[in-house]
Amino acid sequence: MITSTGLIRQHLIDPEVCIRCNTCEETCPIGAITHNDDNYVVDPAICASCGDCLGPCPTGAIDSWRIVTTPHSIDDQLGWELLPEDTGEIFESVPEGDDEARALLEVAHQGAPRAVAPKSATVPHLNVATRHSPITATVMGNYRITDPQSESDVHHLVLDLGGHAFPILEGQSVGVLPPSSPDTMRPVLRLYSVSSPRDGERPGHNNLALTVKRVMNNGRGQPGLASNYLCDLVKGDQVALVGPFGDTFLMPTDPASNLIMICTGTGSAPFRAMTEFHRRHLPSGPGKLLLFFGARTRSELPYFGPLMKLDRTLIDIELCLSREDELPVRHVQDGLRERAVEVTELLGHDATHLYLCGVKGMEESVRDVLAESIPDWPAREVQLLQEGRLHIETY
Amino acid sequence: MELIDYDSQIPNNVALASDERLKRALEQWHPGYLNWWNQMGPNGFADSEVYLRTATGVDPKGWAQFQYVKMPEYRWGIFLAPGDPERRIGFGEHIGEPVWQEVPGEYRAMLRRLLVVQGDTEPASVEQQRHLGATAPSLYDLRNLFQVNVEEGRHLWAMVYLLQRYFGRDGREEAEALLHRRSGDEDRPRMLGAFNEDTPDWLSFFMFTFFTDRDGKYQLEALAQSGFDPLARTTRFMLTEEAHHMFVGESGIGRVIDATLATMKAAGIEDPYDVDRIRTLGVIDLPTLQRYLNFHFSVSLDLFGAEGSSNAANAFASGLKGRFNEHKITDDHRLVGATYPVLRLQGGAIVARDEPALTVLNARLRDDYANDCANGVKRWNKAIEKSGIQFQLTLPHLGFHRRVGEFQSQPIDPAGNVVTDRTFDQVTVSHLPNATDRAFINSLMQPVYEPGNYARWIAAPKVAIDNKPGDFEFVRLHA
Ligand SMILES: Cc1cc2nc3c(=O)[nH]c(=O)nc-3n(C[C@H](O)[C@H](O)[C@H](O)COP(=O)(O)OP(=O)(O)OC[C@H]3O[C@@H](n4cnc5c(N)ncnc54)[C@H](O)[C@@H]3O)c2cc1C
Ligand code: SF4
Ligand code: SF4
Repeated sequence: MITSTGLIRQHLIDPEVCIRCNTCEETCPIGAITHNDDNYVVDPAICASCGDCLGPCPTGAIDSWRIVTTPHSIDDQLGWELLPEDTGEIFESVPEGDDEARALLEVAHQGAPRAVAPKSATVPHLNVATRHSPITATVMGNYRITDPQSESDVHHLVLDLGGHAFPILEGQSVGVLPPSSPDTMRPVLRLYSVSSPRDGERPGHNNLALTVKRVMNNGRGQPGLASNYLCDLVKGDQVALVGPFGDTFLMPTDPASNLIMICTGTGSAPFRAMTEFHRRHLPSGPGKLLLFFGARTRSELPYFGPLMKLDRTLIDIELCLSREDELPVRHVQDGLRERAVEVTELLGHDATHLYLCGVKGMEESVRDVLAESIPDWPAREVQLLQEGRLHIETY
Repeated sequence: MELIDYDSQIPNNVALASDERLKRALEQWHPGYLNWWNQMGPNGFADSEVYLRTATGVDPKGWAQFQYVKMPEYRWGIFLAPGDPERRIGFGEHIGEPVWQEVPGEYRAMLRRLLVVQGDTEPASVEQQRHLGATAPSLYDLRNLFQVNVEEGRHLWAMVYLLQRYFGRDGREEAEALLHRRSGDEDRPRMLGAFNEDTPDWLSFFMFTFFTDRDGKYQLEALAQSGFDPLARTTRFMLTEEAHHMFVGESGIGRVIDATLATMKAAGIEDPYDVDRIRTLGVIDLPTLQRYLNFHFSVSLDLFGAEGSSNAANAFASGLKGRFNEHKITDDHRLVGATYPVLRLQGGAIVARDEPALTVLNARLRDDYANDCANGVKRWNKAIEKSGIQFQLTLPHLGFHRRVGEFQSQPIDPAGNVVTDRTFDQVTVSHLPNATDRAFINSLMQPVYEPGNYARWIAAPKVAIDNKPGDFEFVRLHA
């Protein structure tokens, strides 16, 4: 979807390569592709970057992307003979690795396409385990961490990595390969943020934690494939993992860094990891942690209990609850707006990093608040991205 | 007989494993198919590992899996595009009724005929292209050829599935017969003329995939409208694969043009008719390209049959075969009282005459096709225009060099003038590839098998396949 401010990773079709075969228009599930006698084009107001059209295109013409501040209109595109010169604002080269994981990450990072890792972040390991040689982890525990009465079923899963070396940094994700079922013709891969810090859920035990929300309806009336598989695992079950993935959504290790973290639902997973890293390793650092956490009710908020137990000198938590009976409706952007002066002030320091993780829908409203309170936001956004200080991962 | 695990060998979404009757029929047919492939499939590359795209499912993520595969081990599959339980017949006398999941008795013969004719074209092109691997201009092109070949093979499977699943013993016999006809064989030729022509060289192959396979696209699209739902869904999925063939043709010729233009420029040649000099440089001159184009376009037009056809009218009225993009056309979809302008010879000139639309459906499909071809030619011309060289490729007139329909054996020149006092052959000969052209093209056909190298007469692709670089080892020859 397009947003009014900031950078957009626009999906284009290369008119020089396209053979006008109509396959993409036929494939796109939401009618984002249209054509005239000359060209096939993607409507930036509709395309959700789902990637469905990429595989079926016989030419590769469809796999063209530009980073822009104002999207090229349909009319412009219909008249093109060539793709416009890119303005240098092109997607960074992406590391080799699992194509599907890369595609999923690209979509997740589409809101911050030029992000680089924070300067003081540790260099991550990538693609240690591949689809051809995944590692097998064993379930050590699987607990529901939302109220059993609530609609939202989120699980905390602890996986033991046995003797495998599988180094993870806070903010990285792993790929899960659920077993194939008769109606999936190829192995499915899904990404999950690791919610434990680099030394594991329990230090010295070579394990990691995931925070998984059960998807009841995948849009076609069926339960989500991977999330239900994960939520239903019991102690002793084995899981095939690939990865790790992600080399930009990482935390600074400089103890003076401030982290502003904004999330909804399972978007909290990487922030749990980052917060825990701070608690264990940088307890007396001068850096501030500020968390905006959105959920409908307390009972639907993952890790509500443990979160409340955290020392307020470690982390400043702004719960934003939208459906709690006795409270006014409050979304993350409302919380953010209320503390805009503080956030703006913090962002003025080079040591401050802003993270956004969770549902795609919140990206735009968060941007709107930032644009209201920070003069010249679009330019600032570009600058923050380049400095490794703005990170968006939404799915 | 060796038992085959059909679900893993033959990826499918038709519950093959649980359909005993179909499985038995396929088990009987499969050895013959493999035998045919070994005899008539790409000559000499059975052991090479080819970086092929295999479909393992019809959802967007499942249908393009790239991996190295030996062609005989390619996983031929049976795929139907996702169904719509609410789908209704979109045209003809049954318009608005629910689509058929079984063959309506009264249309059985007509439907079988449609399937057999379509099915017959698929193995034919494999046969025609059998020897081309020996002279591929690059590993990239070699891969594309083989991709086209295995997909034609899979399309044969698709038609055979329909025949065996829905047409009982008759269907099984027709499926068997598809394996016994041979392109160009005088005693048992393929059913349509163009599929008995030679594809002697790579230029012809690119022309074939651009022009002749595009006929396939139009036929398949018209069948994808069918009220017989299994046919509609099968052909809809085939169309996604067919698009690759069109790509091979369009980009192949585009790259030939690029190589010619670049070489002419480098040698300071501005005159496209300076043929001898251009040929000495080892690239294909544009006038020769035009003659090849004339030939392949006109031969492909013949595939649409005669302008007026009661078969086509019946197939439409019965709801079996629609028009191109029938669902996007806004009329009554029954063609009551509708007319369509058709080109006819009248008093020594060619005129457009309005005729009952139902009877000239072939002409309409052919016009849609010609329009699509013209758009492709337009894109090639853009490249020529940009180079500053004064030359434009053109499609010859619909009446030029035809062997079927209204203009059959008429002395019509590429511009559409009816030329008097000359025989068909004399008119056409100077506009079709001649023996010298063929010998010259043939002399260029030397294999280039080093990764990243391309024959002089063809440029490297702008984008290779699956985001791979041009020097990727698309075929491992000695695996
Ligand atoms: C970088 C990255 C990190 C991720 N981290 C996490 C994580 O830490 N925890 C986590 O639970 N998930 C995470 N996800 C999402 C996860 O990868 C899966 O998409 C999700 O679990 C659904 O997969 P599935 O196989 O169960 O559903 P599928 O069978 O794939 O069905 C997916 C469909 O369900 C719908 N759907 C997906 N998620 C939701 C949702 N949350 N609510 C409602 N509908 C939904 C969508 O329409 C989607 O098309 C992450 C994704 C990415 C890209
Ligand atoms: S990426 Fe998805 S939404 Fe966008 S054009 Fe392609 S299929 Fe449509
Ligand atoms: S599928 Fe690819 S080649 Fe075909 S029209 Fe779309 S972009 Fe062009």
